[in-house]
Amino acid sequence: MTSCDAIVIGGGHNGLTAAALLAASGRKTILLEASAHLGGAARTEEIAPGFRASGPAHLVNRLDPSVIRALKLDTACLSGKALPTAILDLAWGPALVRGAYGEVVEGVTPEEARAFAALREKLFFQASLLKRFLARTPPRLGKTSLGDMKDFALAGLSLISQGREEARDMLRMLLMNVADIADEYLSDDRLKALLAFDATLGIHLGPRSPTSLLGLYYRLTGETNGLPGAQYLPRGGIGSLARAFEDAARRAGAGLRTEAPVTRILSRQGRAEGVELAGGERISAPLIVAAIHPKAAFLSLAAPGEMDAGFRKQIRNIRSRGNVAKLDLALREMPRFTGVKPEDHEARIVIARNIRHVEEAFNPAKYGAYSPDPVMEITLPSLSDPSLAPQGAATLSALVQYAPYELKEGWETGKPAFLKIILDCLDRHAPGLSSTVIAARLLTPPDIEAEYRMPGGHWHHGELQVDQLLINRPVDRASSYATPMEGLYLASAGAHPGGGLSGLPGLLAARHILSGGR
Amino acid sequence: MKTYDAIVVGGGHNGLVTACYLQKAGLDVIVVEKNDWVGGAAVSRSLTPGFLYSNCSYVCSLFRPEIMRDLDLPRHGLQVLPYEGGAVLTRDGDYLANYREHDPHIREFARYSKRDAEAYERYSRDVTRQCRLIQPLLLRTAPDPFSFKPRDIQELLFIAKKFGDLSPHDLAQTLRFWTMSIADFLDEYFETDVIKAFLAISGIIGTALGPMSPGTAYVLLHHYMGEVDGSVGAWGFARGGMGAISKALAASFQASGGTIRTGAEVAQILTGKGRAEGVALADGEEIHGRLVISNADVKRTFLKLVDRDSLPETFLHRVRHFKMRGSSGKVNIALDSLPEFPALPKNSPCTKGDLHFTDSIERMERAYDDWKAERWSRDPMIDLMIPTQIDPTMAPPGKHFMSCFVQYCPPRVEGRDWTDADRDAFAETVIGQIADYSPGFRDRIIHMEVRTPRELEQEVGLTEGNIFQGELTFDQILFNRPVPGYAQYRSPVPGLYMCGSSTHPGGGVMGAPGRNAAAEILRDLKRHPKEMSAAHDVL
Amino acid sequence: MALDRLSARKALQNHIDHPLLETPFHPRIEALSRSQEWYVWAGYRAPLSLTDEEMEYTALRNSCGVFDISPMKKYRISGPDAEAFLDYVMVRNVAKLGIDRVHYTCWCNDFGHVIDDGTLFRFGPESFRLCCQERQYEWLSDAADGFRVNIEEETRAVAGLALQGPTSCRVLLNAGFSGVEALRPFQLARFPHEGGEIVISRTGFTGDLGYEVWVSHDAALSIWDRLFSAGALHGIQAVGYGALNRCRIEAAFIVPNQDFMTADHVLRPDRARFPDEIGLDWLVDPAKPYFNGRRAILEAREGKGLRHVLVGLEVEGNVPADGAIVYHRGKHEAGIVTAGIWSPMAKRNIAIASLDRPYGSDITKDFFVEIYALREGRYHKLMKRATIVSRPFVKLERRTKTPPDDF
Repeated sequence: MTSCDAIVIGGGHNGLTAAALLAASGRKTILLEASAHLGGAARTEEIAPGFRASGPAHLVNRLDPSVIRALKLDTACLSGKALPTAILDLAWGPALVRGAYGEVVEGVTPEEARAFAALREKLFFQASLLKRFLARTPPRLGKTSLGDMKDFALAGLSLISQGREEARDMLRMLLMNVADIADEYLSDDRLKALLAFDATLGIHLGPRSPTSLLGLYYRLTGETNGLPGAQYLPRGGIGSLARAFEDAARRAGAGLRTEAPVTRILSRQGRAEGVELAGGERISAPLIVAAIHPKAAFLSLAAPGEMDAGFRKQIRNIRSRGNVAKLDLALREMPRFTGVKPEDHEARIVIARNIRHVEEAFNPAKYGAYSPDPVMEITLPSLSDPSLAPQGAATLSALVQYAPYELKEGWETGKPAFLKIILDCLDRHAPGLSSTVIAARLLTPPDIEAEYRMPGGHWHHGELQVDQLLINRPVDRASSYATPMEGLYLASAGAHPGGGLSGLPGLLAARHILSGGR
Repeated sequence: MKTYDAIVVGGGHNGLVTACYLQKAGLDVIVVEKNDWVGGAAVSRSLTPGFLYSNCSYVCSLFRPEIMRDLDLPRHGLQVLPYEGGAVLTRDGDYLANYREHDPHIREFARYSKRDAEAYERYSRDVTRQCRLIQPLLLRTAPDPFSFKPRDIQELLFIAKKFGDLSPHDLAQTLRFWTMSIADFLDEYFETDVIKAFLAISGIIGTALGPMSPGTAYVLLHHYMGEVDGSVGAWGFARGGMGAISKALAASFQASGGTIRTGAEVAQILTGKGRAEGVALADGEEIHGRLVISNADVKRTFLKLVDRDSLPETFLHRVRHFKMRGSSGKVNIALDSLPEFPALPKNSPCTKGDLHFTDSIERMERAYDDWKAERWSRDPMIDLMIPTQIDPTMAPPGKHFMSCFVQYCPPRVEGRDWTDADRDAFAETVIGQIADYSPGFRDRIIHMEVRTPRELEQEVGLTEGNIFQGELTFDQILFNRPVPGYAQYRSPVPGLYMCGSSTHPGGGVMGAPGRNAAAEILRDLKRHPKEMSAAHDVL
Repeated sequence: MALDRLSARKALQNHIDHPLLETPFHPRIEALSRSQEWYVWAGYRAPLSLTDEEMEYTALRNSCGVFDISPMKKYRISGPDAEAFLDYVMVRNVAKLGIDRVHYTCWCNDFGHVIDDGTLFRFGPESFRLCCQERQYEWLSDAADGFRVNIEEETRAVAGLALQGPTSCRVLLNAGFSGVEALRPFQLARFPHEGGEIVISRTGFTGDLGYEVWVSHDAALSIWDRLFSAGALHGIQAVGYGALNRCRIEAAFIVPNQDFMTADHVLRPDRARFPDEIGLDWLVDPAKPYFNGRRAILEAREGKGLRHVLVGLEVEGNVPADGAIVYHRGKHEAGIVTAGIWSPMAKRNIAIASLDRPYGSDITKDFFVEIYALREGRYHKLMKRATIVSRPFVKLERRTKTPPDDF
């Protein structure tokens, strides 16, 4: 049996981050990836001859600077400029939100632009306080450390620094729904729709569900190239970023093995000792880092008798049913969206008419049906990176919601019907688009589950809702990366602070391990 | 002209509670009420000969026993009758009964699922644990986390200690419970839809949220905090209808020398030299007082009765955006005879309790989708009860009064005000649902009173017909209720206080806001409230 | 299929007509009951006494007392992973439980707090029965996720009678169950009865010679009659819980939700107990594979997690100390008496008490109990010296002697 100091299960960007840091600390580290590719959900693949597309992650908006520093990550692919967002409206034309989440807003009245600026400032201030808690291991209840106290104190101080009213307002707003906040500050339906869409993307909530504002806070805690709230389309697709993570791990000396699916975590008396691979090969290590979905780690790989039953029930109860479908189109020619200037086609294009549109798109998802009138965000990756499509042709990438994991009618018949609905919608905004489709790939949540080994097809590895955050992510007894099984750690999006291309779960888990934390 | 020590605007149950405590403490108090009767939403009215209707609120469980004792309400006629169970009638012709006795209750659940029957024990334990945490907060003023006053810090420490006694796991679970949807919470215990639907009802009653909305698990707690004679979570009727509570309160108030003026609508709260100094009635008459305490909801008080110039802009902004949003309607029916529900066995104790027909979470949530689209629910959730089976004083012999609480019912219909035709169509939806389970039901109806949010607002004065005087969402509970920085019953105007359900701990016929407001007022007057007994221990 | 389920479900609607369940032995017990003193045991009507508690106690210690244990929860656990599953659920080593053997055990939640205790019967390599007080179906099925086991509740299907006392073996022999004399403590065997099969185990809750007879629901009355006619000349007597309770206190057996609170039912955070806090540390096997609560129990043992201890007390005088507060040197509150009686066998005033450490662990002397004895409308407040003594309070040689002495 081979042995090493640390095994990382899962070659997504969090696994690569953890492996890089563990290897850099001098531990002999082996990363095991089940599929043939590293990068997990951040990889870029061919969808038709000459056309390449990214997976569920199609934009970069929260790659954490501390991860870039720690890994000395090559981020040359992000050197372009931040993408604006265009919110389409057939009657009024698009509104354009430019810069880092709307430093400049075009296509709305000056009063509305001012109102947006005021709200933006408020939200960014509040997000900056929350960010403090995302960038470190969640406080451990009952064992509050000096570091936790310091962070609480600092957050408290910055809160007060803005005056009592702002402080009170934050405690009022924290768990509100995004719709009420949007209605309180804004009047333009397109801007309200944007907030509603961004707050709920990838989360099983509608804009009027209480706590839905948190999704927007989460979005705004992200920063790229020093710009909070900014979004980028990496050159060469998301895959180039995945390769940067891979290179960092290699440089650090981690052994990276693909097509090495782990079938079991070996343990004795509740202590992890190694892993067994599909072929029966066993590798032993005193340290196992699971950079995979918590359900996969604790329910599929760990032996049932090796972890407490109540804990396993809590893991089973994690809500992790995806709601977003990923669409990739190979197009004969670049599409034209009505009302959008040619140069603005590189924007992130959002189709959501108003809050009600997002809310009503959400309703059927509660009952296992897809939205008959979905909302979506669209990018045209080949516009800024022609290498992704043959000369003159184009790619379109869209995240479409709501598409429930458990579709009552079944995705077999549901998928073609849903694809038709999406294409019809695209045709309304970009006439003739569907007639230029060469190939279409629609990944429903079950497809994402199968393709990327993400139970439920949920890219956050578990709903990003209040009851599954911080000390409750993934569940309270595994919320500080250490798990009830000695020697087994969790380092995926299922851990704090959650999903998206940030690298933070991997980084924080590795740091927690290296600091000797339990 | 006479100057009262305190004027209470509105004679709802909370206004009466505050008035009683102040009067007992030696103040000269007048209650000014626009209707010809007092009670607000806790009333019994005779709209057809021989019948008493509990027009609005219909059960009595939340009302704090400390208040009943302090104000001597039993001597003034209040008697609370606990009642037996209830049932959800299912579409397949069966039912899920809710029995008072523990073992039969478990066995009833076991008819559907043995696992769920056992899960129910764990569920009750977990919910009771949460109730025990929140109950001590009911009769305390919510601390202001940003005032840095010693008393607020002391209160914050009191709360911190309550939570500090919990294990890390229990604390984490508490955090989840407070933020989860009732549907998600129930999913962690149960597999049977009708069981979940039955338990979810308390998570949505009175609120403009569906069972799948985060925060509804907390709403459930709000309804479970009640007790009848020490039996926590039990529900009861007031003998003589809910008006019996108001009648007892009014009698207690008058017995201690207080004045009640009915038929006197307050048009304005008068201020002078930056202080509240009285009220002006709709007919122009002015009543002067050193203090004014508003039992009206926060919107009505500050957007309609108080001169805006005397209020800070942020405060006004918050009040304007305080969420009222009525979500329920009420259909009160006088019946010629006791309706039959063939699905229930003859003489089943279930008929004496609440009956429901919503047997799945999905139906409940879809009913809410209608509300979001500004329609009344086509397939509504009805909480039906026939209190005359227990309390014969409310109807002539052999005849019965039926109270139907209906959810959801929006404050406006598809962007416009309610019309009489809307109201009738709404009633028809309700009657139709009942008639599906009770043949011949329509023929038994003698008289019917239909109340949508429009009627609730017009008659009781509840803005948008919200029975809680404001949603019970996170942004509107504890130190955020009704407005951050003004959650201690005082308003920005010196001498003007709030005592309605818009304040902590919120709605339901609980009396706690009224009592807490009185405590704060007496504190400001530097009078020790000796008539106020300590809150009961939660051992 | 759905219709079948619906009609099955509807057929059970009338359960409310009989709010209290009756065990299959009920007709006989009801007929024998002169005192008509009943209590509710897990939803069943059960006798507190049938004639006179004193005489029933005497039967248990002098001849043969019969106690209906049918309301005990019973679960059949079977399947290829049954042993591994139970070894995971239980703190005791199930691999060491032989076929046709029984052992006493307890199980804990994730935090090491005792959920319940009970007896585990092993009928075969893959077949077990768990007998306990509280409902455990949900906990067992939750824990079984990932194991190839089948869990079936058989509380209603299987009736049980405890025959306890010096002549119990003789009664069984008279009834024709020859071979029963060879059963060693905690051993079980099958015997034919009316064309079917019954199980007799040498187990009980009295600390005396005794057996438990397990029969199917339908055979319950015939086994009762068979035993009572066989035992007529050997002092067989049906007894209620009052008499049994005296015996179990003498034997220092604990009762869930009396001597300790079961973890699934406590509302107050500090009321749950580790096995070590209720005298069950000897069940815990840290050397076996992982089991539920292992980590928490071992952490509590290493750190300062153990806060209570269960002790046996001998109290001066003869007034039972049940429910009394225990003081150290008359000043410091040290705990509570969870059960106390005057023991007729030991002729001592005995008590089981739960003390807060270090009382009972490091501090073992100078205890007093404060007894409030209500006598004709007045409390006599007694402060009586209490000494920690070893348990059981009454140790009987005949409990283990095989074959038992014949009478």
